Amino acid sequence: MSSLRGKVAIVGAADTRVGVVADRTATELCIESILLALADAGIGKEEVDGLVTCNSMAQPMLYHAEAIAEYLNIAPRYCFAAGAGGGTTFSVLHHAASAIVTGMADVVVVAMADSLRSGLTRDQAMLMQSSTGHPQYEQPYGPTVPAYYALIAQAHMARFGTLPEHFAEIAVACRAHAARNPAAQMRELITVDDVLNSRMIADPLHLLDCSLVSDGGAAIILTSAERARHFQHPPVYVLGMGEGHGHEHISQAADLTTSAARESGQRAYAMAGLRPADMDFAQLYDCFTPTVLVELEDLGFCAKGEGGAFVSEAGIGPGGRLPVNTHGGLLSHCHPGNPGSMFALTESVWQLRHTAGERQVDNARCGLLHAQGGIMSSHSTLILGKELG
Amino acid sequence: MERIQPASGALADAYIAGCRVGELRLQRCGHCGIHQFYPRIMCGSCLSDDLEWAAASGRGEILSFTVVRRPISKAYEAPYVVALIKLEEGPTLMSHVVDCASEAVAVGLTVRVKFARWSESITLPVFTLDSQRGSSS
Repeated sequence: MSSLRGKVAIVGAADTRVGVVADRTATELCIESILLALADAGIGKEEVDGLVTCNSMAQPMLYHAEAIAEYLNIAPRYCFAAGAGGGTTFSVLHHAASAIVTGMADVVVVAMADSLRSGLTRDQAMLMQSSTGHPQYEQPYGPTVPAYYALIAQAHMARFGTLPEHFAEIAVACRAHAARNPAAQMRELITVDDVLNSRMIADPLHLLDCSLVSDGGAAIILTSAERARHFQHPPVYVLGMGEGHGHEHISQAADLTTSAARESGQRAYAMAGLRPADMDFAQLYDCFTPTVLVELEDLGFCAKGEGGAFVSEAGIGPGGRLPVNTHGGLLSHCHPGNPGSMFALTESVWQLRHTAGERQVDNARCGLLHAQGGIMSSHSTLILGKELG
Repeated sequence: MERIQPASGALADAYIAGCRVGELRLQRCGHCGIHQFYPRIMCGSCLSDDLEWAAASGRGEILSFTVVRRPISKAYEAPYVVALIKLEEGPTLMSHVVDCASEAVAVGLTVRVKFARWSESITLPVFTLDSQRGSSS
């Protein structure tokens, strides 16, 4: 069986403005991201024959990808909207890669956008997000989304002695990255004390342990590695991809402190033929700080239970042993919901093109990206490289 | 404003009927013997449909918990403790820990079920700290 390793590459990448973008609807943000990505790739819309989107919460459409194609006035031969929550972005990459390798499409645009900040009220956003809970056996108890993740944090603390300070350091590191990113929503540096002194939302998670609520969109253009050589920017190759799926509802999790990120990562490393130590940076899903800590462990950057020590001692901020979320992540760059990891993807493209400006990781050749949806439920991992070798 | 009510369905209704008479009902598989929660049309382990309702002991242990400071809606009075309770019979369920200061709640403490009215027709299980037995961890 042939592997997808190195068969496709990213040849265009772009973000819209993010944060509060009140002058654009979710649909318009999605369209805008596509126009910017086409310009980055240096191609016209007539070259696009595949389109992948995800639905919007602020402006939901039954046929989302089809509506986006219609708005652009294109008629793709490969077109779908995916829904895997936060994990959507990277899970669609291997579907699109398979389509390219099997000849179902040549040039696929992946575009995702939403306007959670301007398109929904706070109450609408809270209720919509908490509907991830089981409608009979969880939702009546009134768990909020931070509460679900707090259950994971508290279990990790009880089992491994992880401290609120460890979680806080993750927020501090993401903010330090964001301070170097002119596009980020939150750029003012914060300290561990700032995090610990921010309002408690769901113990042990403080306000600054929680990601942002944002508007924004991003798009990438994917094509075969062969075709990719003829675009204006150097290609960024997809070297490894993997998924892992456990529970949906947190009360059904086999283990609160180990997730299916472990299997997802192992599958991606196996495809790429690479190890955690080969990664120059990692973009790890950071809806809440404990998510990053568990992912660092499950993806093999440190042993189980040692995430807190890794964050404190090895460092994940600028200049740390493993820079994590070099754009600022969901915690400090932006978080428009399901499209959230698109910004980790576009950032990784720029890191591997060596055009990430002040936040450029020196000589970055290879990076790992991980996203998850539900409550540490569905996981997807990507490994990208500057070179095929 | 009313708290979120459980969605209805034949299995959910049978579970709620148990709560109404003070019984925490799990399904027990006649084929492989496991208890399961939430209720399903088959055993989630061996896929047998030979399931019967069994009243749980109502005792369990706090697997994890959080104190919700910012409530999901105005119908919920913060702070409230949302916890995952591992029942003696094996399954884990989400619930509230009530009748204690939130500072008293910890992972590993043993708890006991009681039943709380959620609306005119709905009663749901919640848990209290089992002070006689103390911590089991």
